[in-house]
Order: sequence, then C-alpha cells, then structure tokens
Amino acid sequence: MSEEKIKDLENQFEERIARDDKIEPKDWMPEKYRKTHIRQISQHAHSEIVGMLPEGNWITRAPSLRRKVALLAKVQDEGGHGLYLYSAAETLGISRDEMIEQLHSGKAKYSSIFNYPSVTWADIGAIGWLVDGAAIINQVALCGTSFGPYARAMVRICKEESFHQRQGYEIMLTLANGTPEQKAMAQDALNRWWWPSLMMFGPRDEDSPNTALSMKWKLKRKTNDELRQQFIDQTVPQAELIDLKVPDPDLKWNEERGHYDFGPIDWDEFWQVVKGHGPCNRERMEARRSAWENGAWVREAAMAHADKKAKKSLNKAS
Amino acid sequence: MKENLYQYILEIADNCLILGQRLGELCGHGPNLETDIACTNISLDLLGQVRSYYQYAAQVMEDGRTEDDIAFMRMEREYRNTLLVEQPNTDFAFIISRQFMFDLYHYLFLKELQHSRDLSLSAIASKSIKEVSYHLRFSSDWMKRLGDGTEESQRRMQAAINTLWPYFEELFEISDAGKALIKEGIAVDTKGLKKDYLNSAREYLQEANLIMPEVEHFMKGGKSGVHSEHMGYILADLQYMQRAYPNMNW
Ligand SMILES: [Fe+2]
Ligand SMILES: [Fe+2]
Repeated sequence: MSEEKIKDLENQFEERIARDDKIEPKDWMPEKYRKTHIRQISQHAHSEIVGMLPEGNWITRAPSLRRKVALLAKVQDEGGHGLYLYSAAETLGISRDEMIEQLHSGKAKYSSIFNYPSVTWADIGAIGWLVDGAAIINQVALCGTSFGPYARAMVRICKEESFHQRQGYEIMLTLANGTPEQKAMAQDALNRWWWPSLMMFGPRDEDSPNTALSMKWKLKRKTNDELRQQFIDQTVPQAELIDLKVPDPDLKWNEERGHYDFGPIDWDEFWQVVKGHGPCNRERMEARRSAWENGAWVREAAMAHADKKAKKSLNKAS
Repeated sequence: MKENLYQYILEIADNCLILGQRLGELCGHGPNLETDIACTNISLDLLGQVRSYYQYAAQVMEDGRTEDDIAFMRMEREYRNTLLVEQPNTDFAFIISRQFMFDLYHYLFLKELQHSRDLSLSAIASKSIKEVSYHLRFSSDWMKRLGDGTEESQRRMQAAINTLWPYFEELFEISDAGKALIKEGIAVDTKGLKKDYLNSAREYLQEANLIMPEVEHFMKGGKSGVHSEHMGYILADLQYMQRAYPNMNW
C-alpha cells in the first residue's frame, strides 16, 4: 500500500473514532491500534482468570452453604468474563494459546491486585466490594470504547460485576453487624485491600505515558486519576454506612472541590508488585503454569479425539 | 420414621456435598477455561441440591438445627456419603472417572426418586435431574475424549477407572433406614438399578475404548460413617469457619 493510501485510511479511521463509530474486527485499523487493543484486552482477560485464584482459595472454606454457592457462582462468572475477553482479543488476530503463552512467560501482565493474598473470609467480602467495585468504574468507562467487540463484552460483564460488588458489600455488612471478632475481621480486610484497590486505577496521570493515545482512541474516556477519585467518592460513604474506617488519616471531604482529599499512595509498593515482587506473584504464576502443564495431555487428547471423529465422518461421507 | 427419613436424606445429600467440595478445590486449576467453568458449574449445581435436601432435613427434624448446622456441625462418623466421592483429584482422568461413575448412578437414582411418595423428595429429584443429565453428558463426553484420545490419555483413564471401580458398588448399598423407607414407597430400591448401571456403564466404557475392570472386592464404609483417611481433611476445610467461629451469622 502506498504511503498516501495509508495516510488516507488513517484519516478516515480518525474521523470514524471522532464520530463515535464502532470499529469492527474486519475494518481497517492502524497497527498500533490493533496492538494496543490486543495488549489491553488480553491483560484484562488474564486478570479475570488469575483473579479466580484468591477467591477460589475460599470456596472449600466458605462459612455457610449460601455463601459457598454464591462464591462458586461468582468465580464461575469471572471465568466466563475471561472467555468473552479472550474471544474479543482473538478477533484481532491472536490465538488464546498465544495469549496464555504470553501470560506464562511474563510478557503479558494482569491486574496487580490479585498478587495480594486472601487470608480471611472477610477478604472475600472486601474483594467483591472494593476490587469488583474498582473494576466496574474502569469498565463502565470502557462500555463506550471504540472497538466494538470490546465494548460489547464490557456491557455484558458490567452487569455481572455490579452484582458481585453488591454481594461483596453484603458480606462486609453482615460481618460489620456481627460479633466483635467478625467486625475486626472486616476492618482488617478493609485495611489491607484499600490501598491496593486505589492502585488498580494505575499510575498518576503524569506518570502514565499511554493515556493520551488511549484517550484519543476512546480506549479510555477518563484518566486514571479521575477514575480513582470517582472510586473514592463512591466508596467512602459506603464504608461509613457500615461503620468501618477507611485506613487513610488524610481522608477528608473537600467542599470546594466536591471530592474527598486523600493521602499519598505508596507508588513504590505499586511498582514493586508490578515488577513481580508482590506477596503472591510467584504463587499465582505457578498455579496458572502448573494448571496449564498438567492439563497438556487433556488438551492433546481432546484434539486427537476430534481429529479421529472428523476422519470417521469423512470416511462415512465418501 | 422421622429418624429414618433424616438418615436417608443425609445419604443422598452428603454425596453431593462432598463431591461438590472436591470439585470446588479445582476452581482455577483446570486443564482449560471451559473445563474449569464446567467443574465449577457442576459443584454449584450439587451444592444447590444439597441446600434443598438439608433444608428439608431440618424441617423433618424440627430440632432447631439449620441447613448449615447439618452441613458443617456433624462429626466425621455422622456423614453418610460413599467413599467414591471422597477420592482425591489425582489428575483429570480421576476427576472425570469419579464424576462419570457418580453421575450415571445419580441420574438413574433421581429418575426413580421422582416417583417417591415423599413429595418433597420427589420435587427435589425432578428439579435436580435436569442438572444431573447435563453432568452425565459432560462426564461421559470427556470419558470418550480421553479414552479415545491419545495413548497417554487412554492409559491414564484406564488407570483411573481401575482404581475407582471398586468404589462403585457402595452407591447401591441399602442402609437400614433405606430398607424401612423402601417399604413405605419413599426410598429408591437401588438393587433394581444396579443392572441398568452396569449395562449402561459397559456401553459408555466400550465407546470410550476402556475396559470395565473385573473386581472381586468392593470398598465400602462411607454409608455407615466409616470414611477414608481423606475425609478428615475434607471436613477440616469444610468446617473450618464454623468450628473456628461458632454460633455466628455469615
Ligand atoms: Fe470479572
Ligand atoms: Fe467480578
């Protein structure tokens, strides 16, 4: 293709984005757009899958049958989210196996929040309330993103995420209204998950070099800092309602701004976890890799069986 | 009568509870995303059924206990599940074989339980059988895929079936409570089901390129509360919260 032709296509593409047209897999798109979307959608899919681990950790120990069933259903939903997202990324010309390969080699990332351990039952409440809560804020912003399959996956996923968030909050509410031990368990979980949840929105805007391009393609519609602020403003009153204390001494309502002011985030911790040195990075990757390796013979057998079946029906036909 | 019915409900429900618990261990560790979701889904179905059974058991006993007391607060000897469902998740061949052996039984059993004169049991059976026929489809499809897949998968499947087969017969064992309730038209006379089970299993296994093992000595004990050494660990997980934090609402 001539340079002129490409320039032309690029201009048309930019116009479509500006008009809020959805870009579909078969449409022409700049290579950088394709790559950025593969990176982000696969990272999102990996997060759903790795996110099953800290919650799966409590399935066998859930404190009541009702909670056990609800937790199983939630983790199953997360697996389903992983499926839609891998499929959305596949429309851009990468296979699920390749993406999984990238996760296992460390080339692809997943949300760092899942590198924290779920050590008590209250963590299951805190994850639903805060982690799914933060995920919704990120994802609602993505429902209007320019790439059609991603936007549609987000619409579907957001509905389930808000159910998860309510369910998590309800666990916290029950604990907060429970015995002193239960209340302490809930407070401890909030203390541990609060700051990592704020980090889920990514680095501050001035440290986020990809933001400008992502905004241009409507892959992001609000900046990291805007989304983080929205999360804090939404969550603090929820904590107050159940009489739990957000672990930030600097947290204060700012009348003038119409937002909460909050204390400094420990970005050293953030980068440490991103670079692989969080409390559970090693365990999460080991769990994923060993599931994959132990399952290799199963996947091979399924393929071999499908081949045999195809050959049989071919023989019959001829 | 009340005591018999209670024991009988436990015999049915405890199988679902312990198998559901075993499947719950797998969440996030399956060979691929689809099987992972399917195993979680089966666990979810089984535990949903467990809730209906225990709620009914609590209603029968009227002694102030709840579904959770029944699920979590019994001693090991009071659980009535068969040894089969306690067997560990050794590999995916074991998981599928255990599932298949149970699903086939479960399906045949519920088909009969639908006609129980106890309306609560027949209602639970009618609701559950739809789920269980899906479970059987899943596990028997995987039996075929793995049995008639590669050399390795065939070898693993045959090994799993050989190890697990001695546990199938206990599914059909009839307890004293069962005997009394068969007379009332409430319990299923599983003696009659065993032939169907064996015929059906033989066909499935043949289609899956697997040999039905010839077993002389069958394993049993679970139904009378004498479990394998695995059971204590299963209950340690299951009961952890209720034992560590008794008498609280969750
Ligand atoms: Fe999700
Ligand atoms: Fe979620």
